[in-house]
Amino acid sequence: MSKRVVVTGMGLVSGIGNNLEQTWDSLISSKSGIGDITWLNTRHKNNLPVSEVKLSSDELVGLAGLTSKNGYSRSSLLGTVAAREAVRNAGIKNINEYRTGIVSATSVGGMEKSEVFFADFLKDNTKGELRNIVTHDCGDTTEKIADSLGIKQYMTTISTACSSSANSIMFGARLIKHNILDRVIVGGTDSLTKFTLNGFNTLMILDKDHCRPFDDTRTGLNLGEGAGFLVLESEETAGSKEIFGEITGYANANEAFHQTASSPEGDGAYQAMKKALEVSGLSIEDIDYINVHGTGTLNNDLSEGRAMERLFNSKVPLFSSTKAFTGHTLGACGGIEAIFSFLSIKYNTIFPNLNFGTQMKELTVSPVDKLKRNVAIDHVLSNSFGFGGNNSSLILSRYRQR
Amino acid sequence: MDALITDLKGKIIHQLNLEDVKPEDIDDNAPLFGSGLGLDSIDALELIVLLEKNYGLKIENPEAGKEIFSSIKSMADFIKENKDK
Amino acid sequence: MISPNQEKVRSEEDVDFPEFIKALYQRYKIDYPKFYKMDNLCKLAFISSEILLKETGLKQKYSDEAIGIVLCNSSASIDSDCKHVESFVDKANYYPSPSIFVYTLPNIAIGEICIRNSIKGENALFVFEKFEVEFSVNYLKNLLDTGKAEACIGGWIEYSEEGFESFLFSVERKDKLEPNQAIVPFSTEEIRKLYLKN
Repeated sequence: MSKRVVVTGMGLVSGIGNNLEQTWDSLISSKSGIGDITWLNTRHKNNLPVSEVKLSSDELVGLAGLTSKNGYSRSSLLGTVAAREAVRNAGIKNINEYRTGIVSATSVGGMEKSEVFFADFLKDNTKGELRNIVTHDCGDTTEKIADSLGIKQYMTTISTACSSSANSIMFGARLIKHNILDRVIVGGTDSLTKFTLNGFNTLMILDKDHCRPFDDTRTGLNLGEGAGFLVLESEETAGSKEIFGEITGYANANEAFHQTASSPEGDGAYQAMKKALEVSGLSIEDIDYINVHGTGTLNNDLSEGRAMERLFNSKVPLFSSTKAFTGHTLGACGGIEAIFSFLSIKYNTIFPNLNFGTQMKELTVSPVDKLKRNVAIDHVLSNSFGFGGNNSSLILSRYRQR
Repeated sequence: MDALITDLKGKIIHQLNLEDVKPEDIDDNAPLFGSGLGLDSIDALELIVLLEKNYGLKIENPEAGKEIFSSIKSMADFIKENKDK
Repeated sequence: MISPNQEKVRSEEDVDFPEFIKALYQRYKIDYPKFYKMDNLCKLAFISSEILLKETGLKQKYSDEAIGIVLCNSSASIDSDCKHVESFVDKANYYPSPSIFVYTLPNIAIGEICIRNSIKGENALFVFEKFEVEFSVNYLKNLLDTGKAEACIGGWIEYSEEGFESFLFSVERKDKLEPNQAIVPFSTEEIRKLYLKN
C-alpha cells in the first residue's frame, strides 16, 4: 500500500500577517493586505495597489535568525522566515534525523536586487554592486532557505510561474510516496519586483483598485508578495505529532493554448482538477470547498469558473478566492493557499471571497463572500494555474487514521 | 492621411514583428484581428504601446482598443482626431 | 524499450543568430508567422523541434497527450529577461513591452512547441549548469516506462549572449517502432555520445 503523506507543520508570511496566528486573525476579520506600495521604488507608487509584507527587509533579517542581510534577497528572507516557522511548528529538533529534503519554488528569485544592479550597469558597465546579483538565481533562494534549516541531503527548485509552489507540494509528496525521502519541506516564495509589476501592467491585467475575483465587473489582479511552506512527512515518520491534514490528490496539466492566457473553456483547469480527483480516488461529491486560483482577471476567472461547472455540473462546491486578501503572490500562492486550505479543514471555516458583488453573467455560481464557520470540511480542492499553460490542482484532506 | 497610413503600417510591421508582411500587403479597411492579419491579444496590447510610443496617445482600457484597432483606417482616424489634443 | 533520433543544426560562421534562425525557417519552408513574434530562445527551440518532428513524424503516430517534452538549459530566459528590464528602467524611455514580458519564462519555449503541434503531454524544463544527460535520460525513461508518455522529445536548448546551442532527440517505445526504422538504443551513454559528437 502506498505511503500516506501528511502535513505536520506550516509557516507563512504575507501581506495579511507575519506568521500563522496573525494570518488567521486577518482571515477571520476580513482584513485584506492590499494597499499602497511603500518599499518598492517604482513609478507605480500611489498608482497600483499591491499586497506588501508589512516588514522591511532589515526587519525580516531578525525574524529569519540572521545577523545581516548580505547575500539574502527579499525572496530568500521571506522564504526563510516561513520555512523556519513550519519546521518549528512540526516540532523538529534534528532536521537530519530522517531523510529530509526541501523543494522550494520561486518565480522572481533575487530579481528585486538584480534589477537595481542592472539599471546601474546599463548606464555604465563599470557600475553596479556585484553583491546585488549573486542572489539572482532561483536556486539560490532554495539554497539559502536550506542553509538556514540545516538541510543537506536533498534540495531542488521549481519555477513554473503561478503554479510553482503547488508543484513543489506535489513533487514533495511524490518523493515521500516513492520512498526517496521521509520528510520534505515544500512551498514557495516571491517578493515584489519592478520586473513583475511592469510586466503584468503591460499585459493590462492589473486592477487599479482592490481586485474583485469572480465578480462580473472585475478588471484584473493585484500583485502580492509572501512565502508559504509546509512540512510533509510520511505517516510513519510523523508518529504521534499533530497532523494538520493529508495530501491525497494532485495533478498537473499542459494546456498548449497560449503563452499567458487560459483557454476560455477552461480545458487546462478542467484536466488538472479531474486528474487530481482521480489520483485521490474521491468523487466530485466528496469535495467540500474549492480554494480557487481566482486572480480577478477577466481571463482566469472565466476559464476556471467554466471548468468548475463542467467538472461538477450542477453541484459546484462552495468556493472562494483568497487573493483579495493576499494579492497574487505568484510562485508562493500554491503554498500559501494550501495552508489556508488546511486552516479551513482544521477550523471548519471558509474564508470569504472579498470584494464580491455581482455574479459573473457566464456562470451559474457565486463564491462565498462572507466568513462561514461550522462548515463540515473534509476535502479541499486547491487550484494554481500558471503562465505557459501549466495548471496544477491539489486535493488536501482531513487526516483520519485507518 | 496617406502619409499617416503608410507610416502606421510600417510601425505596426516593426512593433509586431510581422517580418513576412510588406506595407502593400495590408489592406486599409481589412480587419486586423481574427481574419486579415490574424493578430492576437498580445498584439492588441503592443498596439496600445505603439500608440503611446509613437503618437503620444494613451489608451487606459483595453476594451476601448477593440473599436480603434478594428482596421488600419480606424487606427489612423483615431490618431488624426486625437493627436494634437 | 525506446529509440532516439537526432537532428543536427549547423552554425554558420559570421552570421548573427536572428539571420541564422530566419534562414533555417525559410530553408525548411515552415509556414507559421507566429515564429516572428517569438524570442530567440523560443525560435531556437521551435525550429529545432520542427526539423525533428518532420523527420520523425511523431505527431502523425501519437495522440496529443502521448507526447512529452523535457528540455534543459543553463541560462533560462535571460535574453528576454534583460530586454524586459531594459524596457522599463530608463524613465525617459519607459515602454515595457507585453510581447517581451510573455517570454520571460524559459518553459514558454516548450509552450510554443506545444501550441504549434497541439501537444498536451508532460512538459518540463530544467535549469542546470550543463546538460545533465543522466538526469534527462532517467526522467524520460520514467515517463515512457510508466506509460505517462509513448514518445518524448528531450534535449538541451540554450541561448544567451555568450552563444547558443541546440541538441534535440526523440525517444519512442520499442513496441511502437515501425519496421526498418533507424534506431539507436536509449541510454545515458548513447545520448552523451550523440551530444558530444557535435
